Amino acid sequence: MAEDNIKLMQGNEACAYGALAAGVTFFGGYPITPSTEIAEILSREMPKNGGRFIQMEDEIASMAAIIGASVAGAKSMTATSGPGFSLMQENLGYAYMTEVPCVVVDVQRGGPSTGLPTKVAQADTMQAKWGTHGDFFPIVLAASTIEDTYHMTIKAFNLAEKYRTPVTLLLDEVLGHMREKIRIPDSSEVEIVNRIKPTVPPEWYQHFELTATHVSPMANYGEGYRFHMTGLTHDPSGFPTAKPAEIKEKLDKLKSKIMQNADDICAYSEEFLDDAHIVVIAYGITARAAQQAVRIARQRRFKVGLFQPITIWPFPEKRLRKILENADLAIVAELNQGQLIHEVRKIAKTKTRVVGTFRYDGELMTPMQIVDKIKEAHR
Amino acid sequence: MSTASTIVYNYLRSKKKFPHVWCPGCGIGIVMGALLRSMADLEIDKNNVVMVSGIGCTGRMPVYCDFNTLHTTHGRAIAFATGVKIAKPNMKVIAVVGDGDGLAIGGNHFIHAARRNIDITTILVNNRIYGMTGGQYSPTTPWQKIGSTAPHGNVEHPFDICDLAKGSGATYFARGTVYHATQLQVLIKAALQKKGFSVVECISNCHTLYGRLNREGSAVKMIQWMKENAINAKVAEKKSPEEIEGKILTGELWNIERPEYTEQYERLIERLGGKPPAEEKPEEKEEAVTQ
Repeated sequence: MAEDNIKLMQGNEACAYGALAAGVTFFGGYPITPSTEIAEILSREMPKNGGRFIQMEDEIASMAAIIGASVAGAKSMTATSGPGFSLMQENLGYAYMTEVPCVVVDVQRGGPSTGLPTKVAQADTMQAKWGTHGDFFPIVLAASTIEDTYHMTIKAFNLAEKYRTPVTLLLDEVLGHMREKIRIPDSSEVEIVNRIKPTVPPEWYQHFELTATHVSPMANYGEGYRFHMTGLTHDPSGFPTAKPAEIKEKLDKLKSKIMQNADDICAYSEEFLDDAHIVVIAYGITARAAQQAVRIARQRRFKVGLFQPITIWPFPEKRLRKILENADLAIVAELNQGQLIHEVRKIAKTKTRVVGTFRYDGELMTPMQIVDKIKEAHR
Repeated sequence: MSTASTIVYNYLRSKKKFPHVWCPGCGIGIVMGALLRSMADLEIDKNNVVMVSGIGCTGRMPVYCDFNTLHTTHGRAIAFATGVKIAKPNMKVIAVVGDGDGLAIGGNHFIHAARRNIDITTILVNNRIYGMTGGQYSPTTPWQKIGSTAPHGNVEHPFDICDLAKGSGATYFARGTVYHATQLQVLIKAALQKKGFSVVECISNCHTLYGRLNREGSAVKMIQWMKENAINAKVAEKKSPEEIEGKILTGELWNIERPEYTEQYERLIERLGGKPPAEEKPEEKEEAVTQ
């Protein structure tokens, strides 16, 4: 067996190389701290592999271009941070509505507005769910290590292709810029998922065909299918509709595609939960502080465990609900003023107290902040 | 030359997408007709055409055309088209935009696509008003004309779209009117053949709103006005500035050569040993993705 390919890498670098491993063929982006290295690396590497990179005039155009490229058959992505993510929201909704696979990486920084370009936050958690107008059931992932970032970028592409939907990957400033050891897997170890292609002749093809899994096979432009796409609410053939039954059918399809496949989409990791009365819930970079905190608290004889959602949306509520059945206390740790805590509150029964510990001053949460919260809230 | 009926059969989604949404007398249908006839003249394979639009009256055109069609968000047609063109450089990409859609909310994409000189044919239907939302003034509404949001007369000045396109780097610009339908067809045909960012401004009539608000009369009267006030640029050259004051200059106004974006990028790929452009077939590209 060949020697492992071990590298020291930045998170943004890992994201870019993960995208290349996933088979990215189109990147459209706009410079923004702290995500810019992703664009810089891809601008250098993509043309060497026959891929195409373009720096668009703004984030609105970036999002538009990656959708256009994807419909034409590319595996496409963009990378940005909070202010750019805000600008992408309208077209992100367009990608969702028209069921176009693409990947949006949001390297989160402090907000609101221009906020803290070079400091860490996890405050786009709810924007990733509710940023675009209308009902929206997105797939959103959050990475917590550099190695994670590499694999999660590949996973984002795979989920986008599998479910014909935009996928957002949430990183953050620290993850983006921190360097860590990473083992780059051999390409034979990497699972790649491609969109399902139609098997019917063009005259029978419906771009939004209703299927049992709610995922429609997808032809690309230039393959002889000549379909129509519109952000207007449309029927299975893709043309605008104003019929109430067809409108409902379309919105149900979009929701069911994600929610009925939630078991397949949802990922999470767990530690020390078997006998835990206290459950710490943390995601992304904060999960690492939480992991350390749980270990420290365990040494101090607290029956505490960690639940780390890897898929933020859809929220892994089925699993967490089961875990909280035996818990008296849930502590949600996040780098914002309290966002994901609302999801935990929704599913916790009255027996389980839900408290939060937050940090939003541009610094990372320390394990001791969480340990102190465990001590304080435990009774 | 194809006959009208074969063009309708070939290029329109004639079976179920009509009647269209446009007002009786609207000029957009004439623009669409000129576009489809010029494509028939060039015998363009419709499987190889992507028609992209934004939001507005003009934005509805792709629904009726039997190409690969993409009806996008307001103002973003050219940005979506950029992605399509780069992903499939061999496809013919056409953006159909209005004056509000293409030059106000989409103005930034317009100038940057021109600057890149990316091979997109932009058909800009200029009816000088936001029609679909009810007659608000647009970036091409003339000074002092009335819009529903300029009830006391427009205090802003309009773009000269030709200067804008030229100044931004477009390699082809032509202007026609919906009265001069045959000329429009010739101009669009030339634009489709141009390798680079080409723009055809089609002066159209919105008698329902612009005409009514500005007391310019019916569709017939507004189109009559185009007949009387358009002057071919070649003819205008021989006239004095006084004689062409207030006239619409039509015809090919700008045609230069400059390296085209996707060609340049393909060369870059080739230089870096990515893939020679010859392999640029859709099927093969899909294979490459899975490796």
